[in-house]
Amino acid sequence: MATHALLHRVAETGRATVPFTLDGAPASALAGDTVLTAVLTQAAQLRRNEFSDAPRAGFCMMGACQDCWISTAEGERLRACSTFIAPGMALVTGRSEA
Amino acid sequence: MTTTARPPVIVGAGPAGVRAAQALVAHGLRPVVIDEAARAGGQIYRRPPANFVERAAATLYGFEAARANAVHAAFDGLRDRIDHRPDSLVWNAQGGVLDVLHGPTRSTARVPHGPLIVATGATDRVLPLPGWTLPGVYTLGGAQVALKFQGCAIGQRVVFMGTGPLLYLVAYQYAKAGAQVAAVLDTARLADQVAATPAMLRQPAVLAKGIYFVAWLRAHGVPLHGGVRPLRVLGDDAASRVTGVAWHDGREERRIDCDAVGFGYALRSETQLADLLGCRFEFAPMHRAHLPVRDAAGRSSVAGVYLAGDGAGIMGADAAEWAGERAALALLADQGVAVDGARAALLERKLDALTGFRRGLERAFPLPHDWAANAPDELVVCRCENITAGTLRQTVAVNGADELNRLKALSRVGMGRCQGRMCGVAAAEILAHATGQPLAQVGRLRGQAPVKPIPIRLVTQAPADGVSA
Repeated sequence: MATHALLHRVAETGRATVPFTLDGAPASALAGDTVLTAVLTQAAQLRRNEFSDAPRAGFCMMGACQDCWISTAEGERLRACSTFIAPGMALVTGRSEA
Repeated sequence: MTTTARPPVIVGAGPAGVRAAQALVAHGLRPVVIDEAARAGGQIYRRPPANFVERAAATLYGFEAARANAVHAAFDGLRDRIDHRPDSLVWNAQGGVLDVLHGPTRSTARVPHGPLIVATGATDRVLPLPGWTLPGVYTLGGAQVALKFQGCAIGQRVVFMGTGPLLYLVAYQYAKAGAQVAAVLDTARLADQVAATPAMLRQPAVLAKGIYFVAWLRAHGVPLHGGVRPLRVLGDDAASRVTGVAWHDGREERRIDCDAVGFGYALRSETQLADLLGCRFEFAPMHRAHLPVRDAAGRSSVAGVYLAGDGAGIMGADAAEWAGERAALALLADQGVAVDGARAALLERKLDALTGFRRGLERAFPLPHDWAANAPDELVVCRCENITAGTLRQTVAVNGADELNRLKALSRVGMGRCQGRMCGVAAAEILAHATGQPLAQVGRLRGQAPVKPIPIRLVTQAPADGVSA
């Protein structure tokens, strides 16, 4: 199970925290994080590609490539780079339990 | 409703859209400004969320801080005099009405428009390489957005690769922010940059900035390599993380360890909306792309539709400001409003003077001419649906596809969620190479509504009311 973080915070770390859940486990982001930032500062993928089943973690960061969609526990899909994290969001990355 | 009762609409609030809005407001109009971002500025002057307070403009925008501040201040000064629709995507344009999705509420509205200024901007121009779908590989622009907009680096040890002015700028910004830049790998050769210097001297300040970034990176021990041929992004056995980059230096294969890659080859225009509006396109050799045609003032081939900024051809942020204002003056004049003709002429002269410099940039950072020939069959070209270069070549060989939309219909390249934004340039280059045609002859991917994915329930339910036709 890939647990390493992809993104690393280098500035603006003094913001308020926002609780959410990531693959069912409690997690914490910072206010103003996108869903992409919230997830990838503590995990290495957002979803799996439907065709290759390979992990994906976004690409363009500006709403164009559509590679950063992530599922919520309710089955809704969010474009992670252009959706801000909100308290209580339940996000599911499809990480394997290997 | 008469046409004149419909408000002027500007799509995009980057430097072009902001200056266009300012000019319309100065002449007494109240435009609707629709922008995908929460805050105006576009990608180049993208503002972090309001609660990001640590970094001053000088940190965020470097040498461009004064211009970024000016654009932001100009827009903030318009607040009560425009109808600003942030977080909003124009996903269709038909019959004088825009369909607009508001992201946060996931609701769509129909916005009737009068004259329309299309300032839709650009994304990175991507030429894929094996391994580019690994988590940790981002576009150069994406790497910059992560830093500017979110205060994050895409990795702890990053390789920046490709070509274009953004390559050295982003590497510089990362190093300044404290990230380790493992190397900068430029497909252009130093000889390209030397040859381009006379043309670049038309904009000595811009040239000086580029030289500064290169010198700064070198002085801080960042390895810089020119004339490289990127071979692949290396991953671990599970193909779940980046472990390095392999490239060819002209003599031999070389490798470097890293945990993230930012890459791109300058920018490409977002033209889908101009396409849906019926604008005529032509092949523009300098941009290696089909672009909507416009006159010197920004008028498209469709009456009442104006084009400005990088969305109509990559000319950069300064040109976008001038083109946005110029297009607004054209719109006003076409509506019978008296405008300052000398100002309009000055803006056209400034834009015209940039063309020579722009040619120089293309010469300094050329798109690798041998990319399609060297792309291996197993290379994933379409990251949405995992379609390979080999599949594209086979589609050409077996089905005789010789035009891009035909290739799309047969192979599905460009049909995935990104609608060809990431793969379209590469697919066209491969098609041209495989069929032996010039790039101009293989055509362009037609824009389709919705121009980006929207929730399906919005399509199946009746359009939201609020439109009195």
